[in-house]
Amino acid sequence: MSIDQQTRDHEAHPAVSGEGIGARVRRKEDARHLMGRGRFAGDIRMPGMSDVAFLRSPVAHARILAVTKPQGHEGEVFTSADCADVADIITRSTIPGYKLSAHPPLARDKVRFVGDIVAMAYAPTRAEAEDLCEATLFDYEELPAIVDCDSGRAPGAALLHEAWGDNLFLETSFDSGGIEEVARTAAVKVEKRFRTGRQCMHPMEGKGLVAWWDFQNDTLVVNTSTQVPHMIRAGLAETLGLPEAQIRIAPPDVGGGFGYKCLLQPEEVLVAWLAMTLKRPFRWIEDRREHLTAGANAREHEYVITAYADARGKLLALDAEVAVNVGAYSVWPFTACLEAAQAGGNLPGPYIWPHYRCKTYSVATNKPPFAPYRGVARPGVCFAMELTIDAVAAAVGREAVDVRAENLVPAAAMPYLNITKKFYDSGDYPASLATAREMIGFDAIRARQKMGEMDGRRIGVGFSTYTEQSAHGTKVFASWGTPLVPGYEQATIRLNPDGSADVKAGIHTIGQGLETTLAQVASEILTLPIAQIRVTLGDTATTPFSTGAYASRGMVMAGGAVSKAAQKLAEKVKALAAHLMQCAADQVRFEGGAIHGPTGSISFAEIARAWYRTPEVLPDGVDTGGLEVTEGYKPDVDTGLFSYATHAALVAVDVKTGATEILDYVVVEDCGRMVNPMIVEGQAYGGVAQGVGTALFEESTYDSEGQPLASTLVDYLLPGPTELPKVRIAHTETLSPFSAHGIKGVGEGGAIAPAGAIVNAINDALKDIGATLCEIPATPERVLAALSEARRANNGRSAA
Amino acid sequence: MKPAAFDLTLATSLDQVLSVLAGEGAKPVSGGCSLGPMLNLRLARPAALVDLRRVGELRTLEGSAAHLDIGAGWTHAEIEDGVVPDVTGGLMRRVAHGIAYRAVRNRGTIGGSIAHADPAADWISTMTVLDATLLIRGRSGTRACAMADFMLAAYTTTLGADEIITAVRVPVLSAGAKTGYHKVCRKTGEFAQAIGAVVVDAGRGLARVVAGAVEAPPLVLAGAGERLKAGDMAGARAAAHEEIEAALAGHPEAFRALHQVAVDRAFSDAGLA
Ligand SMILES: Cc1cc2nc3c(=O)[nH]c(=O)nc-3n(C[C@H](O)[C@H](O)[C@H](O)COP(=O)(O)OP(=O)(O)OC[C@H]3O[C@@H](n4cnc5c(N)ncnc54)[C@H](O)[C@@H]3O)c2cc1C
Repeated sequence: MSIDQQTRDHEAHPAVSGEGIGARVRRKEDARHLMGRGRFAGDIRMPGMSDVAFLRSPVAHARILAVTKPQGHEGEVFTSADCADVADIITRSTIPGYKLSAHPPLARDKVRFVGDIVAMAYAPTRAEAEDLCEATLFDYEELPAIVDCDSGRAPGAALLHEAWGDNLFLETSFDSGGIEEVARTAAVKVEKRFRTGRQCMHPMEGKGLVAWWDFQNDTLVVNTSTQVPHMIRAGLAETLGLPEAQIRIAPPDVGGGFGYKCLLQPEEVLVAWLAMTLKRPFRWIEDRREHLTAGANAREHEYVITAYADARGKLLALDAEVAVNVGAYSVWPFTACLEAAQAGGNLPGPYIWPHYRCKTYSVATNKPPFAPYRGVARPGVCFAMELTIDAVAAAVGREAVDVRAENLVPAAAMPYLNITKKFYDSGDYPASLATAREMIGFDAIRARQKMGEMDGRRIGVGFSTYTEQSAHGTKVFASWGTPLVPGYEQATIRLNPDGSADVKAGIHTIGQGLETTLAQVASEILTLPIAQIRVTLGDTATTPFSTGAYASRGMVMAGGAVSKAAQKLAEKVKALAAHLMQCAADQVRFEGGAIHGPTGSISFAEIARAWYRTPEVLPDGVDTGGLEVTEGYKPDVDTGLFSYATHAALVAVDVKTGATEILDYVVVEDCGRMVNPMIVEGQAYGGVAQGVGTALFEESTYDSEGQPLASTLVDYLLPGPTELPKVRIAHTETLSPFSAHGIKGVGEGGAIAPAGAIVNAINDALKDIGATLCEIPATPERVLAALSEARRANNGRSAA
Repeated sequence: MKPAAFDLTLATSLDQVLSVLAGEGAKPVSGGCSLGPMLNLRLARPAALVDLRRVGELRTLEGSAAHLDIGAGWTHAEIEDGVVPDVTGGLMRRVAHGIAYRAVRNRGTIGGSIAHADPAADWISTMTVLDATLLIRGRSGTRACAMADFMLAAYTTTLGADEIITAVRVPVLSAGAKTGYHKVCRKTGEFAQAIGAVVVDAGRGLARVVAGAVEAPPLVLAGAGERLKAGDMAGARAAAHEEIEAALAGHPEAFRALHQVAVDRAFSDAGLA
């Protein structure tokens, strides 16, 4: 992946003046990260701190008979009996029929996945804590394990949660009506089954935390690597029985989240409980093996799709069944059915068709709980939908890219309320597809395919278009009935005595550059350089409430709040400036970090000086709120701002080894107003990298007993720099009519489309042989299997 | 994922190494790239480790016109960079370059890799195709062991618990020698799924074809080697395919096919059309 090239390409773009919205400025936070001076959970040292390790279940499903602590170490090892005051993690939802799972942070009665926590130990070092875990005996009676959705739904299946009577967290159905009629008359019917592999999220920094008791404030302090500090405070209060006010979440630097760190993890509850109970510092740093075998998983879906179309490939109806393998327990707070709800609701994506039926099943299995991973369900639905489009095109004998274009929501229809009541606020989806087609060089690729490759490989091209619902808000979450519904996002801004500004927001930065972009928003209003704007995030003791960083909401929500607070501050500053410069407030304007009146200028520092040090110069009736403002914001619609993009991939497939190489990759995206184009591109690159993992490499495989087979990075393959293409990005900016500055979210999008584009490209490369892949990751083994199946079918045909 | 406790000796001489290894449950550690993860996963639980990295006797280079003895302690990176002279006409440097990532190559050693005897390891197949010899030292003295006789099964060798590989004796190939190597792997830096290796050196009378990463010691494809020696390239390839079919009959078809592809591509890499 070549970022240099991109940066150079973009130097041709017109410069935005100053460092406000739209400026391609370097990230403030990189100064410390590039020098290795970040402060992550693993960097924190405290006197008397102990390391914590967990004894985890070696089996997927078993009744606990006994847990026996090593003699002489009873005080350093804990079982569920020792933490009777810790409440189970229970995630409520108001969705009718949703079944609750109770997840005891330390397993009680049963273990329900390999990695479920059986005992906890602490010691001066992690190695010694692991020694204690090893010396703890775990007796159990094994039960049959449920590993996949089919066996979980089979009659008579072993039950994870006996009281339920089945293994379904939730079953939903949506029916617009009219499918049967279409089924009778449609020219084309395409039936497909798709599967997406189970994944782990692999933030560069795993989960980790330090918890300690602050005697001065009589508070439990938790330095946890999280995306959602204020929510974690609520979750810990619920499970530990402490008042929320007596818990401070002070997150350190966070090295990536992707959804993994928006959950209340059992380890988080237990380590906090140790600190609360023993009033000493404790630390737990997740290792890769824990992440791969016990941490929350993502992405495993199964689809059965029947599409009906006319003879040109125009979609008439879609009949779908989606099963999501959600593991043993619901995560907190996003429930075990968010994924399936999103899958059913987002399957239509950027397309229009008149009749839709969709059933979803959220199946409990003996695997780790399931978390919303960057893109939440959409990488799966996009894969399924994009392959369906290509299958329909094949059935009518047309180019998939043309059929795709004709099924997209046209620009003239915007804003558009789609069949699942998603409100697409703005955009030109067909234009993004057309640009991607042009950039990837579609016609030249078709010509090149006719000539064949020197090295004997086969090349193919594929497209994938998606919409990304970002910053969906109050009403949407309320309809899902999640435990914490986001409302107004708040931010505080203060003019400091030296004339610089402090911005505080309760959202946390997890690597997405908010310290820079929020400063840019404030700079847009105040014109101060971003070096003069310090952004502090996440600490529940010092920042206003926020539900946190998830759902591509940070820039829209916190950006909107900072904008609003900065505008309020600007009014206060202008009032003082008008007094000091002897003019009317509406004659005052900001430019270049200074304050200008009709006859002269004055600095922000002089305004601050007046308020903090020489208040004798202030006018009578001055705003006594001073130079500090907290404001709340949400967009005009709760239904989210819809970013969108088309990805196009050119691949070469080696039919002898099954290996796929991505030769070229194009992203044409629109996320409304880009606060910092360089950061938007960074999000796209990172998302594509993860999407390439989803498409070609990553899979948490399990055997039939529920044993994880990918327990180290030898078996769980992550793409590295040499596996990633040089991504070429083109932007358009269709401002949202409903958000401050027209901003839409962009955090997840890059990860949504790659599997669809890449696997469509593989199938395009193999189309002459008749091989089709319907499962990801598209490993060499799967490619070879699809090829040999096609050859068998071809032989059968020629023999007949 | 932290190791259980062990005693560590930072040895500075072979004698010291051998005296530690005489103790119960002792193991040598070289680059630690393979042993380290096994310690962390507690799959290996030696009571004592003796670190070889300060032992000068394992960092020697002694040669003659016929061969070069490469001390076991040289790293993949040093071989890749040519700090260790390449007497195989570029084969060893190329193979070293394809092992793992630079961070691993900076620590991993040729001796450690061979002693570990992972069937998918690159030096295992390379030294087999080169018909190299290992120099092994125990308390009772030094022995030489042909690479083809050294590995008994995956991760199993003739090495005694108190023995050390001190050097790898690599033949000096003649100027006209042709070598080819192909590794099929999922991504850069991964262990091989299949390896093909071929060497023809008329000057030395060497003509060998190897299929590696077969979950067992590499297959020396003798029939293919003979055709190669006779200059029958097409026959050599065909023989290699047949020998792979026969030797890997117990494996899935795709596994055999992948090894055939690897050998074919090793031939192409060597310029043996
Ligand atoms: C991420 C990763 C990717 C890798 N990819 C590849 C790859 O693509 N190809 C490849 O070939 N290898 C690969 N490796 C393995 C790597 O090359 C190691 O260097 C090698 O396997 C072991 O060498 P070492 O010096 O680190 O040995 P160590 O880990 O120190 O030791 C390995 C074993 O050998 C024993 N030992 C060490 N030295 C001696 C000696 N002189 N005499 C007797 N016994 C000894 C030890 O006791 C231990 O049992 C990879 C490793 C990693 C971590």
